[in-house]
Amino acid sequence: MNLIAEIEAEQIASLGKTIPDFKAGDTIRVGYKVTEGTRTRVQNYEGVCISRKNGDGVAGSFTVRKISFGEGVERVFPLYSTNIESITVVRRGRVRRAKLYYLRSRRGKSARIAEKSNYKPKSGAEA
Amino acid sequence: MLRSGVIAKKLGMTRLFMEDGRQIPVTVLQLDKLQVVAQRTSDKDGYTAVQLGAGTAKAKRTSQPMRGHFSAAKVEPKRKLAEFRVAPENLIEVGEEITADHYFEGQFVDVSGTSIGKGFAGGMKRHNFGGLRASHGVSISHRSHGSTGQCQDPGKVFKGKKMAGHMGAARVTTQNLQVVKTDADRGLIMVKGAVPGSKGGWVTVKDAVKKPFPENAILPAALKSAADEAKRLAEEAAAQAAAEEEEARKAAEAEQAAAEAEALEQAEAEIEAEKKDGDE
Repeated sequence: MNLIAEIEAEQIASLGKTIPDFKAGDTIRVGYKVTEGTRTRVQNYEGVCISRKNGDGVAGSFTVRKISFGEGVERVFPLYSTNIESITVVRRGRVRRAKLYYLRSRRGKSARIAEKSNYKPKSGAEA
Repeated sequence: MLRSGVIAKKLGMTRLFMEDGRQIPVTVLQLDKLQVVAQRTSDKDGYTAVQLGAGTAKAKRTSQPMRGHFSAAKVEPKRKLAEFRVAPENLIEVGEEITADHYFEGQFVDVSGTSIGKGFAGGMKRHNFGGLRASHGVSISHRSHGSTGQCQDPGKVFKGKKMAGHMGAARVTTQNLQVVKTDADRGLIMVKGAVPGSKGGWVTVKDAVKKPFPENAILPAALKSAADEAKRLAEEAAAQAAAEEEEARKAAEAEQAAAEAEALEQAEAEIEAEKKDGDE
């Protein structure tokens, strides 16, 4: 293992986060820390994960899309951000793409994703 | 005040997550067996500097004169040598090893290296020229530079005119990079932002020239011998403290034993006295 990978592995270990197994098409809820003045609270952001980038490493990120008041909203979260309190998988979707950017041009009925009925947790990873 | 810099190897970039949610992009630099190889003194050379060497080179691939140079300093053959101007009082002994503690967190440094070569590059890439128009009669030369001068009057292109040519592979200095973290055990310095050169390339790190000299900088340098000495002293002090504690404990035990013995004696004496009283 080269030193950069070692440093990244150390950092992931020191951050002590458990990232659930999820991929594009899954509906997830992200608890994101919001600071208002001096007070911090956790804000939930729920939507469809439409892409995951740069793997499971320290540089990984994912995009969550939701329809808020009739307007599509997308947010990109770093996987290991210290501002993320929790990531929970609400629903597993069945999709045939790694990136679901086609959802951006769709609305309503055609933007639905079928639920995956045969989800099996990856060996060694908790759901 | 001028103190030595260091030679480091660029390992690559990563990011650090801070407690407050910030992410910092950092370049990881490594000090690899960084030792002083020679000194330049005002008597002999007319200026004061230290010559540092880093990395390891195979002896059989080192030229005979360089082997002599390294053996005079009693150091292993080095892969990279560089000189750093220092003030006369900040000269470092030959053979001393510099550690990553040389810089502290939050300090600003300048990093110099050889930038990645781009080959023969056009004006748009090399000098940010605008190029020609996409239409309106422009043919074939959309990315060319335009005019390079005037007419018959100068009758020449001025020297230094920005034109296409070789780009990159030149010495570049990035100023005022902040040190985010240092790791003396592995010899790592993490600086915020990018550093010239490719991964595995050699760079030199110096205190930032455009910032005031930091007050808590270690002079003349953070040396391994000093760190070892400090460690040894700390161990000795710890050992001494432990020994003193042991002594104190022993003394206390002895005292207690003596007190107990005395109490026992007194009690016995009292019993004797009582017996005597009873007899009488």
